[in-house]
Amino acid sequence: MSGRASDMPGLAAALRQGGPIALDARIDCAAGEILALVGPSGSGKTTILRAIAGTYRPQHGRIAVGGETWLDDSSGICLPAHRRRVGIVFQSYALFPHMTAQENVAAAMGHLPRAERPARAARLLDMVHLSGLEARRPSALSGGQQQRVAVARALARDPALLLLDEPFAAVDKATRQRLYREIVELRRTLRMPVVLVTHDLDEASMLADRIAVLHRGRTLQAGTPQEVTRRPVSPDVARLVDLHNLFEATLAEHRPAAGRSLIEWNGQRLEVAHAPGFAVGCRVAWAVPSGFVVLHRRDRPSRGDRENPVAGTIETMLAIGEMAQLSLRPHGQALPIRFAVPMHVAERNGLAPGVEAAVSLLAEGIHLMAPSDGAAR
Amino acid sequence: MDWSALWLSLRLGAFTVLFLLPIALFAGRALAYSDRAGKSVAEAVVALPLVLPPTVLGYYLLVAFGAASPLGSLWQDAFGRTLVFSFDGLLLASILVNLPFAIQPAQRAFEAIPQDVREAAACCGMTPWQAVLRVELPLAWPGLLTGLVLSFAHTLGEFGVVLMVGGSVPGETRTAAIAIYDRVQAFDEAAAGRMSMVLLALSLLTTGLAFALSRRTGRRRP
Repeated sequence: MSGRASDMPGLAAALRQGGPIALDARIDCAAGEILALVGPSGSGKTTILRAIAGTYRPQHGRIAVGGETWLDDSSGICLPAHRRRVGIVFQSYALFPHMTAQENVAAAMGHLPRAERPARAARLLDMVHLSGLEARRPSALSGGQQQRVAVARALARDPALLLLDEPFAAVDKATRQRLYREIVELRRTLRMPVVLVTHDLDEASMLADRIAVLHRGRTLQAGTPQEVTRRPVSPDVARLVDLHNLFEATLAEHRPAAGRSLIEWNGQRLEVAHAPGFAVGCRVAWAVPSGFVVLHRRDRPSRGDRENPVAGTIETMLAIGEMAQLSLRPHGQALPIRFAVPMHVAERNGLAPGVEAAVSLLAEGIHLMAPSDGAAR
Repeated sequence: MDWSALWLSLRLGAFTVLFLLPIALFAGRALAYSDRAGKSVAEAVVALPLVLPPTVLGYYLLVAFGAASPLGSLWQDAFGRTLVFSFDGLLLASILVNLPFAIQPAQRAFEAIPQDVREAAACCGMTPWQAVLRVELPLAWPGLLTGLVLSFAHTLGEFGVVLMVGGSVPGETRTAAIAIYDRVQAFDEAAAGRMSMVLLALSLLTTGLAFALSRRTGRRRP
């Protein structure tokens, strides 16, 4: 993202409607930035994308891209889809089946003189590594190749905004990894805002500069991947970003001098980073990413073990590649704490379901939130 | 062999198809992409000729076309010809009777185009007209053509409605199907047999064409 690019006006959208699909979303994306819309299915991600592209008209809203207003219900502006300079990669790619790869790309070049289109289409196909396949119909291309044609077609219009609707959902894992690298490579040359819709948080964290978390048509939080995954604004967001270690406690004490606060949880006191925003005695929700849960190693005890020690029983252990995903149920607590250690550490420490173990919850990783009404934890 | 009857049948089929083409295109597309409340009613009306006895349909058309009816008198004033027992009336009846044969395959063909492919056309900067011409029609035309071929074949074979509305005026309303009936009534089995054979061959050819086209529609899907 160059400085020049971020000076250009990007995308600013505010959409609101009661039904049939409830929306209350604010989406901002600077030029050159990739914003990921993350949320479970039915959270309105695709509807928001379609509203921005102009194939769906929300009841209320304002959409401006690159300083141009595409939608403003208060002044009656609603540009039809074909007049919005948008490039979109559909989840199913939506290539025109009766056209070759090159014709598909050239089909989005209505703004160029007819004579220039084939050469430019060929250049775009070359950019997405499809040289030699220009004359193939979509049915004769693999899923990954179709996705690249779709990307080339989306860029063919010189779009002021690029929209990617779950573009990696329909390809196998190996192809997906390759396409990720290509997107990362490609984005260096892109100067427009890019909105990526995905339900895969890892994908969003890897590709996006910022993440907007959506739930039932509402944007609950927007921020960098780290902010959103480590500092969710509410337990709802924590759940949506797969922060499973989510509990409730009471704020017990503030120790500003030590930069610490203490919370009372499960009959013990946990040290957390100083949180003056919460009054002593109030209920708080707290979460800790599994990366801040440290196993007390039998083979190598450390002084750090004194930090928020929690003892319990290993409930489940799942080997995923070289890592062991573990859940530890603290004594006197119904909900387990999840964490991961390398497989060899799990083996050396004799970890298995039913085995007693202890972990430390690192204070700087514990994040406090106001409890949500529905959270009964 | 009554060549004038066969020629009349072919002419009737050709004109029917010519008029049905734009109707099937617009009505089929509208039905495919509409989600308005009246859609089911419109679909039911279009399908009516499939289930109504030809005599019932013919009776209402006869009433509607008669010189006493608004349509009949209007036609008489405009063209100086009657609708009843004339080629004009026969053609109009044939178009109405064939609406389901032409519209339904067209509707299915438009419905088979995925919504995101149509949206992609708009997002590629195509105006609605360009999207129809460059994306929808190339994808839907085998279905459209199937419907028209079926309509043509059906027109060759239509008997009941033709008899009710057109009667059997030689060179004007006596189609091949009516001529065969006349021949059988006159105990001229040889002529009836020859004409039946010709109609059978023609019908087989056109329905074969229709199936070949619809298979092509299936192949074109991504």
